[in-house]
Amino acid sequence: MAYQFFAALVLLVSTAYVVGHRRALSVAAGRLHDLHSLPAYHGLFSAIGVFVPMLAVFVLGAPLVNWMAQSAALGNFDAAIQADPLQRSVILRDAVSLAKGQFGGDASPELQQAAADFKSVLANGNWAVLGLSIAAGLAALAAAFGTIKVPFRARKHVERFTKIVLGACAVVAVLTTIGIVFSVAFETYRFFFDPAIKGKPSVTSFLFGLEWNPQAAMRADQGAISTAYGFVPLLVGSLLITFIAICVAGPLGLFSAIFLSEYASQKVRAIAKPILEILAGIPTVVLGFFAALTVAPLIRGLGEAYGLNVASESALAAGLVMGMMIIPFISSLSDDVITAVPQSMRDGSYALGATKSETIRQVLLPAALPGIVSAFMLAISRAIGETMIVVMAAGLAANLTLNPLEAVTTITVQIKTILVGDQEFDSAKTLAAFALGFVLFFVTLLLNYIALRIVRKYREQYD
Amino acid sequence: MTDLTVTSVPSRSVQFDSAEMTARVKRRYRSERRFKALGGGALLLTAVFVLAVLLDIAFKGLPAFTQHYLVLDVPVKAEIVDPKGARNPDDLRSADYFAVMREALTAAVPGIEGRVAKKKLTGLLSSGAGNDLRDRIAADPSLIGTTVKVPLLLSDGADLYLKGQQTAVSTIPGRGTATPSDTKGDITILASANDFADDLVAVKKTLAARIEDLQVRLQRAEARGESQASEAASLKEEIVALAARVDQPAVAENLDEKMPSLLVSINGGLVKLNTISNDSATGTVILPLNTIDEARPLDWSVVTYAKPESNRKTSDIEVAYLEKLKADGNVESRFNTIFFTHGDSREAEQAGILGSLVGSVLMLIVTLSLALPFGVLAAVYLEEFAPKNKFTNLIEININNLAAVPSIVFGLLGLAVFLNFFGLPRSAPLVGGLVLALMVLPTIIIAARASMKAVPPSIKEAALGVGASHQQAIFHHVLPLATPGIMTGTIIGMAHALGETAPLLMIGMLAFIVDVPQGLTDPATALPAQIYIWSDLPEQAFEAKTAAAIMVLLGVLLLMNGMAIWLRSKFERRW
Repeated sequence: MAYQFFAALVLLVSTAYVVGHRRALSVAAGRLHDLHSLPAYHGLFSAIGVFVPMLAVFVLGAPLVNWMAQSAALGNFDAAIQADPLQRSVILRDAVSLAKGQFGGDASPELQQAAADFKSVLANGNWAVLGLSIAAGLAALAAAFGTIKVPFRARKHVERFTKIVLGACAVVAVLTTIGIVFSVAFETYRFFFDPAIKGKPSVTSFLFGLEWNPQAAMRADQGAISTAYGFVPLLVGSLLITFIAICVAGPLGLFSAIFLSEYASQKVRAIAKPILEILAGIPTVVLGFFAALTVAPLIRGLGEAYGLNVASESALAAGLVMGMMIIPFISSLSDDVITAVPQSMRDGSYALGATKSETIRQVLLPAALPGIVSAFMLAISRAIGETMIVVMAAGLAANLTLNPLEAVTTITVQIKTILVGDQEFDSAKTLAAFALGFVLFFVTLLLNYIALRIVRKYREQYD
Repeated sequence: MTDLTVTSVPSRSVQFDSAEMTARVKRRYRSERRFKALGGGALLLTAVFVLAVLLDIAFKGLPAFTQHYLVLDVPVKAEIVDPKGARNPDDLRSADYFAVMREALTAAVPGIEGRVAKKKLTGLLSSGAGNDLRDRIAADPSLIGTTVKVPLLLSDGADLYLKGQQTAVSTIPGRGTATPSDTKGDITILASANDFADDLVAVKKTLAARIEDLQVRLQRAEARGESQASEAASLKEEIVALAARVDQPAVAENLDEKMPSLLVSINGGLVKLNTISNDSATGTVILPLNTIDEARPLDWSVVTYAKPESNRKTSDIEVAYLEKLKADGNVESRFNTIFFTHGDSREAEQAGILGSLVGSVLMLIVTLSLALPFGVLAAVYLEEFAPKNKFTNLIEININNLAAVPSIVFGLLGLAVFLNFFGLPRSAPLVGGLVLALMVLPTIIIAARASMKAVPPSIKEAALGVGASHQQAIFHHVLPLATPGIMTGTIIGMAHALGETAPLLMIGMLAFIVDVPQGLTDPATALPAQIYIWSDLPEQAFEAKTAAAIMVLLGVLLLMNGMAIWLRSKFERRW
């Protein structure tokens, strides 16, 4: 059905273009410069005129036909069955697969009748939609044909349409954000307030609870396991790993940026920049593999050599590698802000007799501080939201500890652990992942907002 | 009167060559050098880390690009392959090729008796070893009744051993003569020149090391006090017993599987030793001997498998068979084509990345065909046509924020909206592509806007000046000039999308999928997701596969980024 429609659409739209183009030429009767718009715009005008109504008929008609076919199929069953959403969906699924000839089991006569009804209504409806859309297209073509005159301002109409399309594309980004906020916020709302969800926590016990254990008891003999949704251990775990990461990436990234922007020769820059770009381009799943299989055993071995008891999924391993991941992030952002400090300030400092490092420490860094702080904020936000490294190298059990040698878990690890595999959208456990996602989204949003404000507020206006 | 009159400047005389001043200058230069070294050191450390990651991956992954095969003469007997004699292709496809291969294998390693030993021998082959043979015979039934030389795929354990990742094998020729008591079963070997003395010393050393371990455990048990008193007592007994054995250097020792394995290669056969003394040893025959004649010096040897049997996947018997097959020239190492032509598998030797690679490509097609037009058109709108109002401002802030949203949140969006609300299929490249498109959209919009900004306004003004409309000026003049920058940004965005894993986990692309996906709604996985799946598997052979898959991923990414750099240098214009 869709194929026939799109074939008809392509055919009619291209015909419309040709017709519009020809019509413009013929109304101009050889005096092309009399036309307000170029013939191509007349062609485009006709094409758009045909495209929009045809698509509208299809987009509205196809779901309508599907709905009609479904109600026709369901009409064969009792009202009680129709009212039950579970049975409804089972019947519909069976009827659809029977209609397609893919049904495995024995079909009851009612089901067979339902499938037959479904099939015939769907087929008839689809043909009707196809016919209607073609009729609409032809009518639009006729109207466009009549509209095309020598003074007709086809270009204006085409450009207005183009502008609407452009604006719609820009709105997609907004829709994405709205989609994120609504989907996550809706499930989070259900997590806390939907009376149908069993075992849900209160908002305060979520935000301030010290225990995280979303594994609901599956069988009666597992009754001893108590479910708890305390968010604090996850937050502490995320912050601990982020702290380690910043301890690594902060000095390394900042010093790299200072060296690159102030000391390095063109040659060194030409080598160092691509290395940082390579590091920035390494997928996090690769770094996670490196953290889990190389760094973690290394740290464990080192710890044992000094008589320390290191967990095999220590926060230190994950934090170190995550720190490596955000080095290029901090260094490139800091490099930009340090380079942006006007040369006159350096010259002034040199003129007073300061050495290069004194200039950097006492003039450039204070001047670039807002930018550097905002780079750190963005790096923290990225580290908190990073998933694969911690999924592969950090632990699963929620320990509330600040010891970097122990295994901790993070917000992202728990989201991933809960949502991988089959999930039911009416269990508190699944919804808990969305609540975590909600927190994650707003924490990162807040950090980005603060970073933006710091730059806006404290940026010195030179020049 | 605006002139400032300087009344009194406190005069201070500075001696630039005083000792104090010289020292201060020196100190300042030292701190300067220190600061510079810190900067250089930070950069160097970062470079070392990048190198460490890449080398570690390459070192782990390179072995996975080769695969060992057993090249044997396989007699394709008609009564096994085609008992009906009809040469029906369907029958030929479902025939028992394992029986054919087993026959060839027993012919290559003759004299093996017992069910367990035979099972170990056939266990060297992969469960998919017969696939090639089957395809060849189904394609050319005239081969039935002949003997075909075919490469048979070895199992992952055998392959790992042959790549030297299981144990080192060392051979020491006998100095004196040796006499076996029998050609099969449990036998005794008498050596004339105390040939086993060194091995006996080594065994006693292993026992001494074991005593040390036990003593550490004993100390711990004693430290815990009463609760572990019985354990401490049994540990003590064990230590005393072991010490007695170590103290008598000449007494014969039993070997166990926690010690390096000792074998004797003699008279064309192989004996696994169970007990040794200085001049004699008893053991079980693995490969039967030809005769019970006395072997002359240097004609026989003691073979050591350095890694204890309990610490490796390939047992002594399997190592012995593989060594024999290798010595006979039946083992061949080839480029691992399976890795590039097959989908996932539970058996490491049959697992490949083709399925996930195709999944990734399908996903990127969806991502590109959505993100590129939407991103560029949105950029054109924001850069050129958007009225300066609050809503436009909101869109701009929103795009910048969207670029910083954690990728896993996009996965949540995909799960809640595309799967749960719109009911699109799980694990489908279509959904993955949609989610990734939303994720890279801000990147492309920002890159496209930047490269449009870089086109000088004079171009647009000239177009407007000769009578073009605003849209004509943009679409005919500005946009084409901005294309190289847009392409560069798009490729970098695509590279980012290719390496992204977290959102894919949320929408079910973390599945075990054997088949190569054929369409956008087939269940599929992506290359980074495949890497994650493999990295989670316990089998040792998958570690190399994971690293090899990472090498392929990094190679593709490098290619994409290289293309972006090339595009930038080739087409970018400085105005």
